[in-house]
Amino acid sequence: MEHGVAEVTIHHEPSSSTKRIWKVFWILLIITMVELGLGLSLYALSLPEGLRMHLIKGVIIILSLAKAYYIVSVFMHLGDEIRNMIMTIVVPLMLFIWFILAFLGDGNSYKNLRNKYDPYYKERTTVGPKADSIATKPGGKD
Amino acid sequence: MMWYFLMSDSFTFGAFLISYGTIRFSQNYWPSPSYVFNTFPGAGEANLPLAFVSLMTFILIMSSVTMVLAVHEGHHGNRKGVVKWMAWTIFGGLCFLSCQAWEWNHLITGEHATLIDGKIELFGQTMRHNPWGPRVEDQAVMLDALRNSSHETLVNLVHEHNHSLGEAQLNAISNDKLAGMLNLQELHVTRPGPVAFGGYFFGITGFHGFHVFSGVVINVIMLLMAQTGVFERRGHYLMIEKAGLYWHFVDLVWVFVFLCFYLV
Repeated sequence: MEHGVAEVTIHHEPSSSTKRIWKVFWILLIITMVELGLGLSLYALSLPEGLRMHLIKGVIIILSLAKAYYIVSVFMHLGDEIRNMIMTIVVPLMLFIWFILAFLGDGNSYKNLRNKYDPYYKERTTVGPKADSIATKPGGKD
Repeated sequence: MMWYFLMSDSFTFGAFLISYGTIRFSQNYWPSPSYVFNTFPGAGEANLPLAFVSLMTFILIMSSVTMVLAVHEGHHGNRKGVVKWMAWTIFGGLCFLSCQAWEWNHLITGEHATLIDGKIELFGQTMRHNPWGPRVEDQAVMLDALRNSSHETLVNLVHEHNHSLGEAQLNAISNDKLAGMLNLQELHVTRPGPVAFGGYFFGITGFHGFHVFSGVVINVIMLLMAQTGVFERRGHYLMIEKAGLYWHFVDLVWVFVFLCFYLV
């Protein structure tokens, strides 16, 4: 009802811009709902760690990036700025690509090294009846 | 200049989230978000994975939309419109903060049966304890653990499933009998999960919540300035636009926090 009032009070202005805002709102809402659906499907199917699970997670990440694009370019009007200004913002953010790859790889290799050289650690932290029988202590270093 | 501040802020958030990702990748086990975040205010013990956080996300997106509408009205120098949409944005921000307060309170004060040092203890999600480890399946281990558990823990466990007896009555029952009253199939006992989960969750959502809070404060100031006609005298509503940039940034960060903590 509040929205109806708004339509009336600004009727003398071109409505294309408000239309665009609401369109982006619906896009964001739908993407979020699809993401949630995928997130819940991970839970409902209780997929094992593997290609299919990573595929679904990958799709969720790409959808999130699409959301970020819409928020930045339409809501924050970055798309309307001059090109050089956009570049000074976006190019430094490219560092994140390298940053993410390097650090996640690092974490992963740490896990592999620990599993390889500390079998007790692997048994203690993976799911299974064997792990149940090992008494676990509160508050480890991890 | 606002854009460069936001860029530096995004590096801060990015560093936090990447650090979280690094630790998460270094663990063999990480709790499933659908299992950790499955409650809704007023819904009791019902299993509603991700429902509440979806509501929070919706509130934040909605308040981002009302913010754009306020900026839009500012372009046209429409004071009334700016005030109205700013008020809705502030309302959305306050709703989000209240939701987060409930969520934190619920996580911290929750009591989950956790197997520690061969006995069962009740823990919430705090900085030191993570009750979301893998579920204990071995019944012999559970029986052993129940034998070692304290009287208080057993009373609480029985009370959770069986409301026919008051706590005073349960207190009078011996440990062995209390353990016998528990249905092992129903009992949900987990091993402790990675401790880092709590620190990262509270640290990052807290940092984001603080941004929301400061955004609300900025928006309130903007609302008052618009209301008293400061921008009208100035001839433009540029400040509203800058506050808007900050507010959208907060929404943008939530997209990634939501992704990293709740979805994947």
